[in-house]
Amino acid sequence: MSYRIALAGNPNCGKTTLFNELTGSKQHVGNWPGVTVDKKEGVYRKNREVSILDLPGTYSLSPYSAEEIIARDYIVKERPDVVIDIVDGTSMERNLYLTMQIVETGIPMVIAMNMMDEVEAKGDRIDCGKLGELLGVPVVPIVARSNKGTDALMEAVLQVAQSGQAPKVPDIYGAELLQAIQAGALTEEQEERAADLRYTYIAQLVKEAVQRKKSGHVETKSDKLDKILTNRILALPVFAVIMYVMFACTFSENFLFVPGLPSPGVWLAGIVETVWGALAEGLIGLVEGAGASGWIVGLVSSCLDGLGAVIGFLPLVLVLFLLLSFLEDSGYMARVAFVMDRIFRHFGLSGRSFIPMLMGFGCSVPALMASRTLESDKDRKITMMITPFMSCGAKLPIYAMFAATLFADSNQTLIVFSIYMLGIVVAVISALLLNKFAFKDGASNFIMELPQYRIPTLKSVLIHAWEKVRGFAIKAGTVIFASTLLIWFLSSFNFSGMCHMEDSFLAGIGNAIRWIFIPLGFGDWRASVGVVTGWIAKENIVTTFGQLFGGVSEEAIEAISAGEQALPAITEVFTKVSAWSYMAFNLLCMPCFAAVGAMKREMGSWKWTLRAVGFQMATAYVVALLINVVGNLIF
Amino acid sequence: MTLRELKPGQSGKVISLGESGPMKRRIMDMGVTPGVEVKVIKVAPLGDPVEVHVRGYELSLRKEEASRIQVENV
Repeated sequence: MSYRIALAGNPNCGKTTLFNELTGSKQHVGNWPGVTVDKKEGVYRKNREVSILDLPGTYSLSPYSAEEIIARDYIVKERPDVVIDIVDGTSMERNLYLTMQIVETGIPMVIAMNMMDEVEAKGDRIDCGKLGELLGVPVVPIVARSNKGTDALMEAVLQVAQSGQAPKVPDIYGAELLQAIQAGALTEEQEERAADLRYTYIAQLVKEAVQRKKSGHVETKSDKLDKILTNRILALPVFAVIMYVMFACTFSENFLFVPGLPSPGVWLAGIVETVWGALAEGLIGLVEGAGASGWIVGLVSSCLDGLGAVIGFLPLVLVLFLLLSFLEDSGYMARVAFVMDRIFRHFGLSGRSFIPMLMGFGCSVPALMASRTLESDKDRKITMMITPFMSCGAKLPIYAMFAATLFADSNQTLIVFSIYMLGIVVAVISALLLNKFAFKDGASNFIMELPQYRIPTLKSVLIHAWEKVRGFAIKAGTVIFASTLLIWFLSSFNFSGMCHMEDSFLAGIGNAIRWIFIPLGFGDWRASVGVVTGWIAKENIVTTFGQLFGGVSEEAIEAISAGEQALPAITEVFTKVSAWSYMAFNLLCMPCFAAVGAMKREMGSWKWTLRAVGFQMATAYVVALLINVVGNLIF
Repeated sequence: MTLRELKPGQSGKVISLGESGPMKRRIMDMGVTPGVEVKVIKVAPLGDPVEVHVRGYELSLRKEEASRIQVENV
């Protein structure tokens, strides 16, 4: 007999840990339709007939957030055979509120009383038998993180599944209120009464089934740690250090201030690049050796480039998400929001937006994926729209080229710095404008749990990071691959076949669209082509200019990218002002296809992805126009 | 008096929430209902939000939200 089991519980109650223990590696992660909430499914590793669904973590079934609506609709409409309700034994009162609401639905259920090790360590005692008797539901004590009690839990679940035994709805509501609750149509007054009755009943349950060593607020280890991490003076410096370490581990080329020592992220990326490069070269050699014609070799090599573009990002995604899921699961991320809320509220964002924005200086791809930790949909969308304005590592070669060529007599560091600052300023203004005009309705609040600090299990951190890597490779990979191929085709063909970039379709397109850029100061076909090839990867702009402005060698392009050599030919087209305008435009316009792919995956819809890209294009145009007009008035 | 006026270390008993609609439901779902005892643990380093202990766990809310919740001394 096959059964469908759903896991329900509060956030931070150990639900995902239990899910991982029950399903092992046999799980499938997707999205709930229409929203960016993970939908995780798997099968019980000791009985393939039992499928398990991990519902989003919620505090209640009242329709407040997308997560709550999903959880409620699934339980009420899809009617799983059994709901496993995971209760954090260390904060039973609040956890049992959701339990009460599940009991009210009348769906067969089992309660998993989790964190029993911490309960015992505190010297408290929970009488699970007694609690089960009172609720008419089996209550099984477990420790999900060390996999204790899970066999007994699943035994109880299968028994309930076979018997179909429904929980006993306590006689506390009165017929009219119970009917309203079960129909999901409560007036505000009824809601208040229901909440009150539930909590009163819970207080009674706890009184009968729990023996506390000390009553009231007891200082735990977690509270002591919090005294440092959210301390008035230490909180911000500690936060800065943690952020620095996270950034350095992922992106730094001079790790821990040792020159030339790559960070784990850069080191891994280097290995992947070397291996992939050798593999690709070998394959192209084989194709050439087989006597294939030029365009086949070109096609193969651009397919490999497209794949390489996807694979090249995987190490960064992996390393960043190992660190991020550690911070998230340990409970520190909630403190980041707590500490930073005051600042980010002024921009209409939450403190959690800080992390994706900071990571944006390294690479937009993992940064955009990190926006998943934002709770409100509005904050998440705005953060994703402005994160690419943080100048990523790949944009630096563009600035280096212009600084070395056109600003050789000025302070070049200042020029590059000014572009970075521009990105930050534009991001802040954009957040304010988007909040005021595009997302008026999304009221933000800060009613949030600050969970106990816990060291996450290695298993859950690894599974989380792996999901991110896989999700990016599959979902974003197709977007990146297809668009890379398209640009390759446009840049190496014209109607008479294969050709140089100067004569290609892309050059034709550059000529056709160059008028758009005249008001920005760079109405040249080569500059236009640069914008387009920049969408494959921003550093491509330098390579493209190297080719189009007089065929420079590969070594020269490397030197130009590092700002060690100038590319004098570009002075034909650019002045100081238009160079600044061009840098700003490429910073702000659509990010590379990899970032668009990541955005598509996180936004969950093409509509929103296109809106975000449209917004970025418009912003880039307006800002570059302002720079060109104002710049020419001053200089 | 309001929850906002309580200093870290002080406790109060909630009298009314002063909210309506989804916000009120949210606050109640999180365990802040009339009659419950709350204790202010600390204020965030930049002066806002505040952390309170309620029903055995730690909850944070902005001062603006706290200023609408009426409490009495216990």
